[in-house]
Amino acid sequence: MFYLSDIGRYFIMIKMSFFKPSKWKIQRKLIFKEINDLIIESIPIVAILSFFIGGVVAIQTALNLSSPFLSKSLIGFATRQSVILEFAPTFMSIIMAGKVGSYITSSIGTMRVTEQIDALEVMGINPLNYLVFPKIIALLFYPFVITVAMFIAIFGGFVAMSFAGVPSEAFISGIQMDFEPFHVSYAYIKTILFAFILATVPSYHGYYMKGGALEVGKASTLSFVWTSIIIIIVNFIITQLLLS
Amino acid sequence: MIEIKNIHKSFDGNSIIKGISTSFEKGKTNLIIGQSGSGKTVLLKCLLGLHNPDSGEIIYDGVSNLKMTESEKTLLRRQMGMVFQGSALFDSMSVIENVMFPLDMLTDYNEEEIRDKAKKAIERVELTKAIEKLPSEISGGMQKRVAIARAIVMNPKYLFCDEPNSGLDPKTAIVIDKLIQEITREFNITTIVNSHDMNSVVEIGEKIVFLVSGVKNWEGTNKEILKTDNKSVTDFVYSSELLKKVKNHL
Repeated sequence: MFYLSDIGRYFIMIKMSFFKPSKWKIQRKLIFKEINDLIIESIPIVAILSFFIGGVVAIQTALNLSSPFLSKSLIGFATRQSVILEFAPTFMSIIMAGKVGSYITSSIGTMRVTEQIDALEVMGINPLNYLVFPKIIALLFYPFVITVAMFIAIFGGFVAMSFAGVPSEAFISGIQMDFEPFHVSYAYIKTILFAFILATVPSYHGYYMKGGALEVGKASTLSFVWTSIIIIIVNFIITQLLLS
Repeated sequence: MIEIKNIHKSFDGNSIIKGISTSFEKGKTNLIIGQSGSGKTVLLKCLLGLHNPDSGEIIYDGVSNLKMTESEKTLLRRQMGMVFQGSALFDSMSVIENVMFPLDMLTDYNEEEIRDKAKKAIERVELTKAIEKLPSEISGGMQKRVAIARAIVMNPKYLFCDEPNSGLDPKTAIVIDKLIQEITREFNITTIVNSHDMNSVVEIGEKIVFLVSGVKNWEGTNKEILKTDNKSVTDFVYSSELLKKVKNHL
């Protein structure tokens, strides 16, 4: 029952965040601020992680393709497939649940604790539209982050293989081998869903939290746990629907 | 003027407000006092419309909350100013941006008019020097002044203050109390202050409602409260040794 009421409240929160919109002048300012905080400021960490994990994926693939009968180009192929299908959209989203999700929960939670949300309500402003809606819109740009992750991870694999002595022509031809455009579509469909989850689940945990400063920390942790779980479950369902 | 008639409010079967009826007068500083847990904040939130009473009626200048549509309730809220216990200023905004915020969000004035009105409100609370500072860069007393400026910038008909001088030193607390009283008279608004500070009661309590466990136990003025024989009131008013000594000299 407890989870059912939470789920109901979550969907009501989403519905309410589209009601009683603030003036466009204000909304535009909030959306640009959120794009900066949630998207632009995430690029450096995404780039660093993607480069090194792409490298590790390529090295591990190479380790498992040691047979002289297998073409070296398969390393590039496997790296591309791993990065596009799973690493960039899913793994990166779980990392973002930690970075962006915790930020969203703690910022909204702190506003709840310090009565700033009550102040918005008293002024006759819809706090959900003011706080959650700009985050949902800003995270529509999340596929851009994942695109960066895809390119940099594959480049990381290329650099790792260059150091390992794998001919660069072989790796590049592997990247181009048997390319299936639908796999990219699948990755972006997942990414859009994960973006929505990243914007709304942490907002829910921040908005409805109760207590003081200690509870803000607890809410951030809980938000990360639930966002990750929901991303993994949605990933499974989408993969079943689109690829099985 | 705000009248309340037989208000009840409970949470999870736990009754917090038990049939309170009273009125809060226009142009006066009305105080709701009582011990922690007596239902002051819940009553204030009912008046603000943040909680819906389970039963009873709240009448704002002759208009009952029971007959208001949702849009009328939203319009009513725009006639209310609120000073929160912790000021509730927006951390990322400067003093002037905090005061400009309700005008920015809710009115069609242009940028220049909004800035002018905000500046006037800030001047009224004598905070002109801190206009570009962030809330974290000013003292607790100054934050309360900003909260008052933000509350009055929309020219409200009703001003609500939840323990406005909590966490302040006695001298600053009195300055804030006096400021609230001056603004109430100057703008001729209905002000309701939630407090358990005896200094506020004596300084600005033109009408006082005393709550005990969600029930109205006593009401009167700051002069009457010092002379009443009501035991619950005297136990509350003269709870400290200092005040007991003062009582002996009255």
